[in-house]
Amino acid sequence: MSAARFSTEDLAASLGFTPLNQARLPAREITSVYCGDLLSHVMGTAPEGSAWVTVMNNINVIAVASLAEVACVIMAAGSRPNEDVIARADEQGVLLFSGAGQIFETAFQVHEKLQL
Amino acid sequence: MPKLHFRYEVDGDDFTRAGEASSKLKQSLKQLGLSPQLVRRAAIAMYEGEINMVAHADGGVIDVDIDTVAITIVMKDTGKGIEDIGQAMKEGFSTASEEVRQMGFGAGMGLPNMKKHSDYMKVDSEVGVGTTVTMKISIADE
Repeated sequence: MSAARFSTEDLAASLGFTPLNQARLPAREITSVYCGDLLSHVMGTAPEGSAWVTVMNNINVIAVASLAEVACVIMAAGSRPNEDVIARADEQGVLLFSGAGQIFETAFQVHEKLQL
Repeated sequence: MPKLHFRYEVDGDDFTRAGEASSKLKQSLKQLGLSPQLVRRAAIAMYEGEINMVAHADGGVIDVDIDTVAITIVMKDTGKGIEDIGQAMKEGFSTASEEVRQMGFGAGMGLPNMKKHSDYMKVDSEVGVGTTVTMKISIADE
């Protein structure tokens, strides 16, 4: 086991992303990073355990994240979900974060941490 | 493992609830102790079908049968049907509305994803009558 495992808790602690429901859900290990906004494409290709970076913030994001079993969703470029979406995420056990950076920048920050 | 049957009803035109049936199936398959990879494939394949039912067919009924050989998912609707199944199976082809596209669907990935995540898929459709999609995911091959 690598000593430098990267988990969802590190997203807020070391990268400064805003946790939206971290306090209510167990942390998960992040094994890769993935970008995508077309939900059907994400569904078919997002790796399990990845940090999924997207600008989408509707309720279907939660279903896709849960079924694809990503480690968490990072809503980039200032994208924020409404309360219904957060409530659904809590129900489905989907960790949500939000960040101001654009998609590439956000994903690259996570990628760099995964390389350590 | 004994033979099991599950039935799910999908509401039409309600995108806030799309995925509920797939989530329930996923939980049931997990409880049966099937491998995570198998569970994920079945859930993804069925979710895409659910989205199609909501987007194109005003809902429908899903029957899932599980035995020692396979998970069989039969998704039946009485919607408008598919004119050209060959064309519908092509990646990128979509007849989804602008509203559906804005939600991040309608990229013409649904049916191709269902095929990709199942071991067997058959689409029967008649315009004006409805569509039935049958998918099998092998358990024995694992």
